[in-house]
Amino acid sequence: MREKLAYGLSIAAAAMFTYTLYRIFLMLPDELMQGAIYRIMFFHIPAGIIGMIGFFVSMTMSIWYLSSKDLNFDSLAASVVEVSVLFASINIVTGSIWARIIWGVWWTWDYRLTSQLVCVLIFFGYLALRRAIDEPTQRARLSAALNIFGCVDVVIVWKSIEWFRNNHPGPVLSIRTGGGQIDPRMDHTVYLNLIPLLLTGIALVLIRTRQEATAREIDSLRRLAHAAA
Amino acid sequence: MNMAQNSTFLFYGFLAAWVLMLFYVISLARRGARLKKELEDVKQLVNSSQKDRQKEIPSRVR
Repeated sequence: MREKLAYGLSIAAAAMFTYTLYRIFLMLPDELMQGAIYRIMFFHIPAGIIGMIGFFVSMTMSIWYLSSKDLNFDSLAASVVEVSVLFASINIVTGSIWARIIWGVWWTWDYRLTSQLVCVLIFFGYLALRRAIDEPTQRARLSAALNIFGCVDVVIVWKSIEWFRNNHPGPVLSIRTGGGQIDPRMDHTVYLNLIPLLLTGIALVLIRTRQEATAREIDSLRRLAHAAA
Repeated sequence: MNMAQNSTFLFYGFLAAWVLMLFYVISLARRGARLKKELEDVKQLVNSSQKDRQKEIPSRVR
């Protein structure tokens, strides 16, 4: 059932990507100051948004795990973190390529860039921590604590373009500014491309949680075999 | 602004996004296959150890 849902979401995402890519490359004009390179933002911004949403969702799952001690919430948190790290990494890499053309450098220690890099490193640490601990409840408890700590940095990433003025452009999407910062067609396309990326992310989380369930089953069978021996 | 370089870097940007996604999907598929094999192995191990115990019980009764 879960796999069928994941395949269904992937097909829907592929169909939507066909439309959004057509819109991005064939319907929208080049940006006046930046030329064609501005089109990177149609992946850069949605990937960043999905990464942030994912980190908050995983934090909620970790809090639920700590209050209920149900390992299913821990599995879900781990799966969501892994997929969110992927999207946050896409956000950093695409942003860096955009920066090479617009700023003339691949990287600068801007507040937004640095806080996002720290965020990705914290959650890579979360994934490394989970690999390092074998005992499931200890692993779940410690990784939940790190997840909640990591989400403090996600808030800094989110608000950094309002709190500090740096190289990174300020908020441009109508959802944060009320509109008027970019052409409404470009604004709508960012939201449109957010949908297939989000569907892809959900499909990946569904597959990953299935794998976490299988790993737990293997673990319990191993204990059973060990006890029987 | 160099328009050719601009378009080349746009291509790199999209390529990087898709390559990262593809790498993750491949790693997910490989992990899934490994877990499936591991589950079958452990199930076999549990079954064989249960059969061994069942063989032991009648001999103890005798």
